[in-house]
Amino acid sequence: MNKTILEERKSQMHRIGEEPFAMACNRPSLAGAVSQRACVFCGSRVVLYPIADALHLVHGPIGCATYTWDIRGAISSGPQLHRLSFSTDLQEMDVIFGGEKKLEASLRELIGLHNPKAAFVYSTCIVGLIGDDLEAVCRRVSEDTGITVLPVMSEGFKGNKREGYAAACKAMFRLVGTGDTTGISPMSVNILGDFNLAGETWIVREYFKKMGVETVANITGDGRVDDIRRCHGAALNLVQCSGATMELAKMMEEKYGIPYQRVSYLGVEDMADSLYKVADFFSDRDPEIKAKTVELVRGELSVLMPKLAELRRDLEGKKVAMYVGGSFKAFSLVKAFRHLGMSVVVVGSQTGTEEDYKELAAISDPGTIIVDDANPLELAQFIKEKDVDVFVGGVKERPIAYKLGVGFCDHNHERKIALEGFIGMYNFAREIHASVMSPIWRFMPRRNARPATSARVTCIPKEAVNG
Amino acid sequence: MANTYVSTTNACKMCTPMGAALVFKGIENAVPFLHGSQGCATYMRRYIISHYREPVDIASSALGEKSAVYGGGPNLKKGILNVMRKYDVDLVGVATTCLTETIGDDVGRYLYEFREEFADLPLPELVHVSTPSYSGTHMEGWHAAVRSLADQVVKEKGASHGGVNLLPGFLSPADYRFLRGLGERSGVRFTMLPDLSRTMDGVIWDDYHSLPDGGTPVADIRAMGGAAGTIEFGMSGGLAESASGVLERKFGVPARKTMIPIGLRATDAFMDTLSEFAGCDMPEKDAFDRGRLLDAMVDGHKYIFGKRAVVYGEEDFVIAMCSFLGEIGVQPVLAATGTQGERFREAVTEALGDVCVNMPVIRSGADFKDIEEEAAELAPDLLVGHSKGYKLARASNIPLIRVGFPIHDRFGGQRILHVGYEGALSLYDMLVNAVLEKSQDECPVGYGYL
Repeated sequence: MNKTILEERKSQMHRIGEEPFAMACNRPSLAGAVSQRACVFCGSRVVLYPIADALHLVHGPIGCATYTWDIRGAISSGPQLHRLSFSTDLQEMDVIFGGEKKLEASLRELIGLHNPKAAFVYSTCIVGLIGDDLEAVCRRVSEDTGITVLPVMSEGFKGNKREGYAAACKAMFRLVGTGDTTGISPMSVNILGDFNLAGETWIVREYFKKMGVETVANITGDGRVDDIRRCHGAALNLVQCSGATMELAKMMEEKYGIPYQRVSYLGVEDMADSLYKVADFFSDRDPEIKAKTVELVRGELSVLMPKLAELRRDLEGKKVAMYVGGSFKAFSLVKAFRHLGMSVVVVGSQTGTEEDYKELAAISDPGTIIVDDANPLELAQFIKEKDVDVFVGGVKERPIAYKLGVGFCDHNHERKIALEGFIGMYNFAREIHASVMSPIWRFMPRRNARPATSARVTCIPKEAVNG
Repeated sequence: MANTYVSTTNACKMCTPMGAALVFKGIENAVPFLHGSQGCATYMRRYIISHYREPVDIASSALGEKSAVYGGGPNLKKGILNVMRKYDVDLVGVATTCLTETIGDDVGRYLYEFREEFADLPLPELVHVSTPSYSGTHMEGWHAAVRSLADQVVKEKGASHGGVNLLPGFLSPADYRFLRGLGERSGVRFTMLPDLSRTMDGVIWDDYHSLPDGGTPVADIRAMGGAAGTIEFGMSGGLAESASGVLERKFGVPARKTMIPIGLRATDAFMDTLSEFAGCDMPEKDAFDRGRLLDAMVDGHKYIFGKRAVVYGEEDFVIAMCSFLGEIGVQPVLAATGTQGERFREAVTEALGDVCVNMPVIRSGADFKDIEEEAAELAPDLLVGHSKGYKLARASNIPLIRVGFPIHDRFGGQRILHVGYEGALSLYDMLVNAVLEKSQDECPVGYGYL
């Protein structure tokens, strides 16, 4: 191995079939390694940001708020308050004398201006250091204004995104149980860990509706404070994503006895399995639900599968590398790519756990490289070594693929195309097709030595992409 | 309307370490290194990538809770070693963050210790800059980093080479490319610090490069003491002594500050200063472009005369853009920047005094809440600034001329040319066409000839 991989990083990589499975993970990022990871603040912001009728105030210097201003594609069907970027914009004097006064004044002012349903105050690195008492300020402002103000203890240096997820869940849990649950159907769920990117939550809600299942709260895509207040009235929690909202589900199980199930809305099997899981759960309450679900899935698949088959003809045998935030999504994507006749040869994540990686190893083909907390040089090397056709990741990963003349698919919190549900699988397939089949790859210096590629333009029928 | 409220809504600025990181991206074989927690580096990388669409490796000392308590020295040193192991690096630019500034890490001392400890290794140039993110904007960080480079890398006067040091501030890669070309055309040895022309707008690769090609060579920076003069665009972020001042004080290199050369007058002034320092004539291409610019200004004057523009963005950029708009007959009605300070008001007033009867509303320390409130009163015809004005443009149905940084919602922000006669000409076309497009769209018959 050449110098692109540091000695300390080797234990965070694994090649399936070449050695017994062992992988280090959940470690702090290595200094100087140019990790793709963000921070605790980022984790909290990702989870809470889509709550559209809450005020989201970043207590810190301006950068933390600027770099996260309306950065994600979380759509709201009503209020748009989440799309504004509020900051206390701490200055030197605030750091010296403490930022509590400014925070309190900002909160009162912004609550007066925007009259939100609740407010979240995000702590940043500097706030952790100067020791502002967020709890006390939030309580005071809550009492005076009648608006629930919740501190989010998301000091950046306290860990990685995972700790941020936990901080967000803790903050939300204080809302849960404060609303009236009358009128909630015994056949009801909360959708946890979906962020309504490009309207994806709406696709999933529609499926449940067709099955006769009520959705009490979407947490947090297209989220509303009042829904979260009463979501403890739901019969079941459905948790997607690698644990962004797992903690909330666990707390709700403990306090309110609401069971949870892990689900995924990405890919054909996982989407169908998730619906069947819900049907199974409610089958004693509604004996018809299973049949309804089968019919729903069959109807969707009868439309989807022929279209996928068409795209698969071009994509068969192509190779994929992926690097995602949480590893749970990776399972779904590995399976989704199989439907397209493609194989995933490199898969990594920023914050996977040992169990995640074990499970990933179990479903991956021999030779697949699994990597935790990678960086640009490692990812570039793996892409080259495996000679992949398309790389799946987020904005930071995109130039790595493009510089090497490799297709790229944006599959993170910033995606603007709905990739969930059956329609989402079709959108995803089309996105991958457009990434892989463009004739431009023929002209890339690194790849033009390969045998003539089949890349060519195929016009795809014009249809609604966003379901 | 005065800024009477406490919080910031939709900031018109970024933080200081961001500016420093971008400067280090413009040095050949350099890695920017943020001394702080991991998130800062990652967030900035993400933000920068969506404008430039290039790999942006920024290292971090990835401090955790322990380092916040006991100090970040060990992580900083380990981090620099890891950067040296992975990158063929000529320079590591270390910028602090709010975290390390507040815990009081003495980066200068850490780097001194590092050089002693690893004296047996071939060490890169190690430069550090203090960029507490609660003090100033990305432009203060930018100018502080350029100053650190001049102060820490240029160690002696060296041989006089008659070249010109050019400190252009925060421009687009197309602008840096233009300026490099100008140096070549005029036969003047330019040392441009930094130079993002290739590092942030490069070519496709046949193999992955750990670092992009291009940037100011460290050897050229070292030789800046021997230049005939230093031209620095803008006001250097209010620094008491900026990079040009450092070079003047230490090595007697005459320093001159000029406006960013956007538009006719500012480009004239820059060309004059250049010829004064280097004794060169204006290159034929630029002389010709100047004539074409004047010709276009005549052709288009009726369409845009008296149009009202809201201009926002970085302090120096807004000043120069106002100057250009004023001279083509567009009335800036609001000039806004996120940077604090009275110097902005003075500079905008001076830039427009010659060509405008009325002064715009001038706002420093502004955010988009201020800009939207002012705009509601001012009834502008045009918005001139970066992508973050889109919300306002959409809500008020005013064309947005996207210039500067960041441009996140359009393609090719890195290829927009703002400076020189050539840049003025392309900006002119964009402005006139935006006005024409709007009147065409609103015209009941959608006319086909002007």
